[in-house]
Amino acid sequence: MRFIPALALAAAVLLSGAGVVSAQENLESLRGKAPINQEVRTDNMFRPEKDQDIIPRNFQKQPPLIPHSIKGYNITQNFNKCMDCHSKERAEETGATLVAKSHYLDREDKKHTNISPRRYFCMQCHVPQFDAKPLVENTYKPAAK
Amino acid sequence: MMSLEKYMPAWVKRIGLVTVFLLFAAGIVFWGGFNWALEETNKEEFCISCHEMKENVFKEYQNTVHYTNRTGVRATCPDCHVPKEWGPKMVRKIQASNEVFHKILGTIDTPEKFNAKRAQLAQNEWNRMKANDSKECRNCHRYDYMDYTEQGNRAAKQHPQAFVEGKTCIDCHKGIAHQLPAIDQHIGARNEGAASISHGEKPAEKSAEEKK
Repeated sequence: MRFIPALALAAAVLLSGAGVVSAQENLESLRGKAPINQEVRTDNMFRPEKDQDIIPRNFQKQPPLIPHSIKGYNITQNFNKCMDCHSKERAEETGATLVAKSHYLDREDKKHTNISPRRYFCMQCHVPQFDAKPLVENTYKPAAK
Repeated sequence: MMSLEKYMPAWVKRIGLVTVFLLFAAGIVFWGGFNWALEETNKEEFCISCHEMKENVFKEYQNTVHYTNRTGVRATCPDCHVPKEWGPKMVRKIQASNEVFHKILGTIDTPEKFNAKRAQLAQNEWNRMKANDSKECRNCHRYDYMDYTEQGNRAAKQHPQAFVEGKTCIDCHKGIAHQLPAIDQHIGARNEGAASISHGEKPAEKSAEEKK
């Protein structure tokens, strides 16, 4: 009597195991069924979109998207290419969007005269646009203002 | 033979016709050899035969548009760093003996040493290009022939403006082929006290406005 639940459990484990196996068979990664040690040739490489005007935000406080090509723009220990135009010292001359005030706050919300180092890597939040279509269809709609 | 001798200058008669022809041939060989050696030292392979170049600036250059691009038209080391005209080329080649001297001294023979000197080395090149109005850039990129309608929004806006202000390529296009030295960009304490990058002189009226 005592091992009936144990039997049921074992059966459940077996069944779920079988389920996992079948799911694995159906699963296909983006590189198809190619073995791991082989290269897959993709003819549909994504291309950066042409320079455009400011892209409207989709929701409040969304980090603005980068509406231009950033090919060859490096952020190194020595130099941040983005800040060559977007810093407050340069923005007026270059006509670039100014770095937001929030970027001068440190993690204790204290304001500094310099940009906070935690904002150094611009592309953690701001991303350029490519002609890639969504992999999965979705019904997302920008929040109304 | 006697009739030919009538037309020969005295010095040709003195050393003989055969010697004259031999000297002429030797001249061709020596000048050709000189030119050949000059061209040999004006190639990408020659530049990166020194590990100072190969391990530092060449690696950085490999990520840039002048190394690899859509059509495969390249600008290699001498295209930017050695003038094309004979006179300035000779001057630059003679100056390069200083670089050979420092190669022997091992002034920049590790990436650490190189990076310590990067600001100074970059400034040398910026000064040179500023002085000759970015001549090496303009060997290919002639602004009289730029089609602004083919350029991106930002380039089409900035280029005419900069040319009116009398700026030259290197004023804005620094660090396009190699990484920049530390530049103070007012980000935290990063690079504080480092040189600030120059974007060329601002036009007179504008700087006067700023003073007010």
